[in-house]
Amino acid sequence: MTGPSPSPVEVDEPVDDTRTDPDAPWIVLVWNDPINLMSYVAFVLQKLFGYPKEKADRLMLQVHSEGRAVVANGPRETCELHVFRLHEHGLWATMQHDT
Amino acid sequence: MARMFRRRISRTRRGTYAVRLPAPERELLANLVDQLRELLELTTDDPSVRRLFPTAYHDDAERDREYQQLVRDELLGRRLTALATVEATAEADELDEAQLAGWLTALNDLRLVLGTRLDVSEEQDAIEDDHPDAPAMAVYGYLSVLLTDVVDALAEDLPPPTEPEM
Repeated sequence: MTGPSPSPVEVDEPVDDTRTDPDAPWIVLVWNDPINLMSYVAFVLQKLFGYPKEKADRLMLQVHSEGRAVVANGPRETCELHVFRLHEHGLWATMQHDT
Repeated sequence: MARMFRRRISRTRRGTYAVRLPAPERELLANLVDQLRELLELTTDDPSVRRLFPTAYHDDAERDREYQQLVRDELLGRRLTALATVEATAEADELDEAQLAGWLTALNDLRLVLGTRLDVSEEQDAIEDDHPDAPAMAVYGYLSVLLTDVVDALAEDLPPPTEPEM
């Protein structure tokens, strides 16, 4: 099974003080995987984030076609809870600083 | 478009969910759930179940370790609870929403584990009937059909959207 790999942008990024900035917003990404059903992914996004069906479908299709999509953003604690809920539902979610 | 086959799971007027599964399918399901429970009680590090406990931080190993320590037990507990729900209701003709949510989690977890073992890809070619993976692939396909019915049934009951367009 192929998994998400860190993008070159992240690899080349110099270690700087943005990592310790408490106000820097975080983003939650969902990555494409060959197992989760498209209808299931869209349903989970509706259920967890209260998104309208159209938006959940759009994000799901973005994950499918582009390999990943930003599904939420906010402070670290909030994003970590989102990631946990997505993991609970078997989605491939990660979080990182919005750079 | 009319559905060619009657749904296996559907919402009733009472707000519950009707389950129409023949006995062999119920036995299969109970058996699969039992196997996954035994595996998860043994280890969460087996390659085939690693997909159930994903990485949260790609670019920060230390934070990811913290995250894993924080959530691993909780994630495992919720998965085992879902499996127990299916084991307890495998013979039921009617489920409430919480029970069907357990089915949703358990069915998807089974697909993740089976799909990982079968190394499925998005451009999956049909495999020959005499291929060694053919029986497992048939089970995987069956789980996909059943999960789709569960998603369709639960989607009818989603609360109104709370988030406007981004």
